[in-house]
Amino acid sequence: MNGLASQLWLVPALPLLAAGVLACLPRGARRLAAGLAIGALAVSLVLSLAALAATWAAPGPEGFRAVVNFPWLVWGEHTLRLGWVLDPLAAAMLAMVSLVGLLIFIYSVGYMAGDENFTRFFCFLSLFAGAMLAVVMANSLVLLFIAWELVGLASYLLIGFWYQKPAAAAAAKKAFLTTRVGDLGLFAGMLWLYAATGTVVFYDGGRGCLESAAVSTLAGRTVTAGLTWSAVISLLVLLGAAGKSGQFPLHVWLPDAMEGPTPVSALIHAATMVAAGVFLVARMFPLFAAAPPGATGTPPALQAVAWLGAGTAVFAALIAVAQTDIKRILAYSTVSQLGYMFLGLGVGGVAVGMFHLLTHACFKALLFLGAGSVIHGCHGEQDIRRLGGLWRAQPITFATYAVGMMALAGVPLLFSGFWSKEEILHAALGWPVSRGPFWLGLTGALLTAFYMTRQMVLVFLGPYRGGAAAGAHAAARPHESPPVMTVPLVLLAVGAVVLGFFGTPAWPALQAYLDPAHAAHLAPDLRRLFSAEVLKLMALSTAVVLSGLALGWWLYGRRPVTDPAAPDALELVQPGLFRLLREKFRVDEFYAATVVRWHAGWAALGDLLDRWCWGGLVWLVQGLALGLAWVSRLVDELAVNGGFDAACARLVRAGRRVAGLSTGRLPSYLRGVAAGALALGLLLLWGGCR
Amino acid sequence: MSPLERYLIVAALLFGIGLAGALTRRNAILVLAGIELMLTAVNLNLIAFGRYGGHAAPAAGQVFVLFVIAVAAAETAVGLALIIALFRHRRTVQLDEADELRG
Repeated sequence: MNGLASQLWLVPALPLLAAGVLACLPRGARRLAAGLAIGALAVSLVLSLAALAATWAAPGPEGFRAVVNFPWLVWGEHTLRLGWVLDPLAAAMLAMVSLVGLLIFIYSVGYMAGDENFTRFFCFLSLFAGAMLAVVMANSLVLLFIAWELVGLASYLLIGFWYQKPAAAAAAKKAFLTTRVGDLGLFAGMLWLYAATGTVVFYDGGRGCLESAAVSTLAGRTVTAGLTWSAVISLLVLLGAAGKSGQFPLHVWLPDAMEGPTPVSALIHAATMVAAGVFLVARMFPLFAAAPPGATGTPPALQAVAWLGAGTAVFAALIAVAQTDIKRILAYSTVSQLGYMFLGLGVGGVAVGMFHLLTHACFKALLFLGAGSVIHGCHGEQDIRRLGGLWRAQPITFATYAVGMMALAGVPLLFSGFWSKEEILHAALGWPVSRGPFWLGLTGALLTAFYMTRQMVLVFLGPYRGGAAAGAHAAARPHESPPVMTVPLVLLAVGAVVLGFFGTPAWPALQAYLDPAHAAHLAPDLRRLFSAEVLKLMALSTAVVLSGLALGWWLYGRRPVTDPAAPDALELVQPGLFRLLREKFRVDEFYAATVVRWHAGWAALGDLLDRWCWGGLVWLVQGLALGLAWVSRLVDELAVNGGFDAACARLVRAGRRVAGLSTGRLPSYLRGVAAGALALGLLLLWGGCR
Repeated sequence: MSPLERYLIVAALLFGIGLAGALTRRNAILVLAGIELMLTAVNLNLIAFGRYGGHAAPAAGQVFVLFVIAVAAAETAVGLALIIALFRHRRTVQLDEADELRG
């Protein structure tokens, strides 16, 4: 058991290693690239499943937890320690991330088959998978933050994968910058936590920052007006989580992130990365739930989580109602479902929120991959007004998509989304603070059922409306995707159904596994399912879901839409409201008018300062330097150079004169020799005579 | 007039003719020939002094001459080789045209 925990670092290390190798591969090594990435993740999956089995088999009263910590940075007396933890939360996330990731990797082999940057794609995917696995097993906020930012980087790279598209490049930038705003909060929270407790390690044998000693210290100190240190730190962490999970008001990047390839949307922006925010709150739940000694009632941080989630759930669902891009609808649906998860965490604790996270990861990945299959089969068409009637051309995609849609909408009894949503609503109903989140949650469920029906009907039923569009390939018929894409769909569809049965009120195995507080309910007991309270709620939400489905059918299914240009059925009923929803409540425009303009103003001011104030200073210094240089040049040219030049010229003249003696003519030299010999002879004669 | 003086006069004349030839001719071969004449004059002197000079070892002069002749032959060979190289290079053996080494 401990041997497994000590080797757990292999789980993220293998995909990261694969990413490193893939980065060095040439572009043509497509099969090798895909094989390496898939192989590495498959080994990670096996290890993750082993970890899951190990933690599942040994639930203690406190829950299973194995920790490996090691010093990373040592300066002075301080030591910054990193480490990883194996507990049910980490194990469940590891298994989910590597399983969904593996299916999406396999799907990508088919989806990206025609892309020339296939190798680069798998390199980024592997980088993402490794970083995400590191996030979920980190036992230190610093390690979590490092992996968190790596995940953000991978997301940026993958959204902008088709960087030739200006929209994709802009969306990548937007995602990166928006999540950075939240990360600033997380970073500040991390610094505060370190300053307050002297450690950022979560579990450290009693000395970790999430263990009772540190938490009660934090909860005991008040900043202002009833806010304890733990609450403030939690709220800062929540800001980071909201940024990553696309919660209002930082949700704007997530729908734009759909510019990336569809497997990326499924893997990062639906199933795993955006759930990292939810996971972070679940991981730091002891801090969120910390209450000062003697205080009763729900801590403010948890209230914030619940209200933020409930608000976002309805807000995003409303926007999803009016969108026309198949992936954008799913994106807003993701934002909305992430809101549900936060709501679940806020009102019901780790188990409730995480249950919805796991089921959602399954069916949302399924929906996105189904959407990818539709886009793939219809030659890149993403507008649901120009799709339609695909059930005939893409039967497997249709069937699996229907399963995903019903799971998302929460169709009763058979589908996982129903059970997890039920759990959240149940917890919200029992929330002592307010009934508001419960009613918001119900409204969200109604809207979810409605917009998913709308999408389903427009995409798969009625006549195919793509042929009417202009374009060379528009006349081509839609076709079913290859098995490498449909097999993951089928597997995910099975998961979208089966996963729910692990969390029904009759046998809440997942809840008991994730949260030791629920362990008492581990034994299956059908009577709990038929208790009056549960039955009443189930009936209510069933009615809500069915009315949503019926409303959607009544508006869109009754008379099949035949003209892609025809106004939306809802537009006819409520044109003003519909336009507001179509324009996403104009949040982007609001940001453009406020934050962006404010930034632009500061930038303009900076530019002005730069140009005139600092620029003037620079000009002045430059002028001075130029003047000095000019004087120096003058001195150099006149005094130094002049004297030197004159000396040189004289030397050259002298040299030339001497050189004149050397005529190069042999006879003249001979004459010289003869004259010299004559002179020598005469000298000798004269000397001899004397 | 002793026989030695006659030899010396002939040798001096021969040297003067060789020197005049070496200094006045522009053709490299003729300059070389002049130098040979001068060497011959020197040889004549050596022989004459060896015969009439009254030395203890009369053969010394002849041995000297033999050495000088051998060295002169070698020198002429080198000189002729230089002239051939000059001719190949410049298509002429006129010495006043070969003045590239002037300063």
